[in-house]
Amino acid sequence: MAFSAGFSPHPKVSYANSAPTGVASEAEYFEVGVTERCDPAAVRAALDAALPPGLDIVAVVEARSPDFVQRLEASIWQIELPGLGVAEVEIAARKLLAQGEVTVERRTKNGVRAFDARGPVVSVSVEPGSGCAILRAVVRHTTPSVRPDDVLKALRQVAGLVPPAPPRVTRLAQGPLDPVGATVGDPFAHDRAPLAAAKT
Amino acid sequence: MGNLGHMTVSDLARRGESVFDRLELLLPLVSKPIQYVGGELNATLKPWDDVQVHWVLMYPDAYEVGAPNQGVQILYEVINERVDALAERTYAVWPDLEALMREAKVPQFTVDGHRAVGDFDLFGLSFSTELGYTNMLSALSLGNIPLLARERDDSHPIVIAGGHAAFNPEPISDFIDAAVLGDGEEAVLLITDLTRDWKAAGCPGGRMGLLLELAKTGVIYVPACYDVEYLADGRIQRVIPNQPEVPWRVRKHTLMDLDSWPYPKAPLVPLAETVHERMSVEIFRGCTRGCRFCQAGMITRPVRERSITGIAEMVENGLKRTGYEEVGLLSLSSADHSEIADIARNLADRYEGSETALSLPSTRVDAFNVDLANELSRNGRRSGLTFAPEGGSERLRKVINKQVTEEDLIRTVTTAYSAGWRQVKLYFMCGLPTETDEDVLQIAQLARDVIKAGREATGSRDIRCTVSIGGFVPKPHTPFQWAAQLDHATTDARLAKLRDAIRADRSYGKAIGIRYHDGKPGIVEGLLSRGDRRIGAVILAAWQDGARFDGWSEHFSYDRWMSAADRALADQCVDVDWYTIRERAKTEVLPWDHLDSGLDSEWLWEDWQAALDEVAIDDCRWTPCFDCGVCDQMETQIQVGPTGVTDLPMPMAPARAPVAEAATQPGR
Repeated sequence: MAFSAGFSPHPKVSYANSAPTGVASEAEYFEVGVTERCDPAAVRAALDAALPPGLDIVAVVEARSPDFVQRLEASIWQIELPGLGVAEVEIAARKLLAQGEVTVERRTKNGVRAFDARGPVVSVSVEPGSGCAILRAVVRHTTPSVRPDDVLKALRQVAGLVPPAPPRVTRLAQGPLDPVGATVGDPFAHDRAPLAAAKT
Repeated sequence: MGNLGHMTVSDLARRGESVFDRLELLLPLVSKPIQYVGGELNATLKPWDDVQVHWVLMYPDAYEVGAPNQGVQILYEVINERVDALAERTYAVWPDLEALMREAKVPQFTVDGHRAVGDFDLFGLSFSTELGYTNMLSALSLGNIPLLARERDDSHPIVIAGGHAAFNPEPISDFIDAAVLGDGEEAVLLITDLTRDWKAAGCPGGRMGLLLELAKTGVIYVPACYDVEYLADGRIQRVIPNQPEVPWRVRKHTLMDLDSWPYPKAPLVPLAETVHERMSVEIFRGCTRGCRFCQAGMITRPVRERSITGIAEMVENGLKRTGYEEVGLLSLSSADHSEIADIARNLADRYEGSETALSLPSTRVDAFNVDLANELSRNGRRSGLTFAPEGGSERLRKVINKQVTEEDLIRTVTTAYSAGWRQVKLYFMCGLPTETDEDVLQIAQLARDVIKAGREATGSRDIRCTVSIGGFVPKPHTPFQWAAQLDHATTDARLAKLRDAIRADRSYGKAIGIRYHDGKPGIVEGLLSRGDRRIGAVILAAWQDGARFDGWSEHFSYDRWMSAADRALADQCVDVDWYTIRERAKTEVLPWDHLDSGLDSEWLWEDWQAALDEVAIDDCRWTPCFDCGVCDQMETQIQVGPTGVTDLPMPMAPARAPVAEAATQPGR
């Protein structure tokens, strides 16, 4: 692993768009600088062995260009809403999408900050789960980032949607925004593609 | 506990089951939830039914403080290496989670298997400080274990206290079933054996049957087996066994030959941030410097060194199994290892050019210590060095037996500043026996001299000195166990004078930082340190009033403790002052006199008198024995070098396979 130069060297690891605390995720990404070329499969196995159960390294690729973080354009969030039916969530979702802008507030280290939680929401779908409605949202990464709880705040504001029990949130994917807006692509595609194809 | 007669079938099914599903719902609502999930690298989780003896080990403070604790990590590994036992860990939960757990009826849990602590056979607590007592009560209460030992039945764990504070467990004797004095490694193995055999035999005599078995060994203290009688004036008349087979005095444990106990072999690597983000290797145990205020130095005698080879193997194997980038060489006074220069040079050679940093907690005031620090920071940064003169005046340093002259200190810091160190931290105490305002004001003069010497040596004004002052609390099993503690008002007034003296200094004041706490927390610590069984009621009352995390200034309340003491001691003829600021006479029976640290009480008294006479004594490692009594009483001896090994093989020797290590470990 590479270390930064200077007075107090630290490991060259950068985490991109980490999911908020208390949220499950199946798609977290980070970049590690290394001092020599490594076999990605061996790196995957070594990291996986050191991580606790439930934290799995799914894939490791060798980066071909330094623009990885820019490729993480959007996330797909799955929000399970225990005790809510599909119909009421669908109505709320439609109300949200009908708005051009919904301002929500979040407490940060520097005080309360207000921002638009509607604009970055690209698409929303709702389906039934067991004892809950499952809302799926594709949300563009912006600054400040709009997180699942911000989307829920917006739903509460526009439609009075209040889940009777704490929602369970999972990030399903991150990657380049699909042109149609309904999903995101594989952010590793660029690094995985055969070299000739990547150059075109 | 394993007494099946008291449990229904549904109880059986639930024992050892994870409560994580219920805990998980609360985690999004609390601060730093990662501290409760476990999953550390090198953590061990065994199936419940694979073993006969289940231990839960608690460090009664927040996870960030408790997780790096060496004592708990060592015992965790020693127990888990057995095929017939398992050990899991639990830590104090913050008040935000405590409230939610009570509401949702989630019990105190282990971070390994998220099992309820009440399910375990043995509940071991490691008390580095008395300020963890209230957190023990929270954990017992959250664990649905009766707070009072006498109210527990065969379905509850045996609660066992260890750690330095367990050398006077009397204040918590209402709450614990047993206490272990001294090194825990062999003690937990002994307790595990006795518990396993007792369970295999069908739990004869129930809970008290096992406690008696433990007490009969003479090395495990069971408070319920002893009665305390008092004199009319409140002093203790005597402490007597109430069972025929238990000894009058209970001995401490002393682990010999550290090389055969290379624990922790696989230190835990927490996911959450902790106070020590490094690996620690204990290079020796015990200290015979003889500083009179230092309980650790008195109760951990004799000195037992790990060899240079043993240390190098622990460093290498530990790094391999953890990935840590810093190794601290731990002990009570690391520069005192007889082969420290070779150790430092060899390790510095081995890891030169790697990202592995080495550190030595530096407190000894001499130039040799600076050389060591230079060696260990060859290619790293030289930010700060710490020295501990402890007493501000030459006279006071004689009283406390800290043999450092002002010239020593100036020479040492000059060497440090000249070698490129920019910041020197000096530790002192306030409230030492015989101390006057003048003694403490001399700290200001010392700090001025340090800066002056530093500026002259470096030709630079870019150097700093920070003085850090802790309040002195007299501790059991030390020569100062008879001393009066300084009241908090006088402590505060003295520190204010010192602060004003430093601030008023135009030429040096800005280069000197000063850190101290007010005197009130020290009074509560003093009450808990030298208290007797009557203090149990005070602890309980304070806890009921909300006392938690008493080592944290944002949670500590002096007034809460004083009001609890007023109520709990209302019908006694003793009060907080009686326990703290009162000097004891030679003839007084002290609450811990029936607990044998090996120190001869006659020797302790003579050393107390020598302190008052300002007479210093030397270290028995390099002068003849002073008859402190420990080696005779405990049948131990000093174990120090030279080993004859001055150079380790280069390049690095291949690490021993962990399997081979496990096979060579003693005691089983």
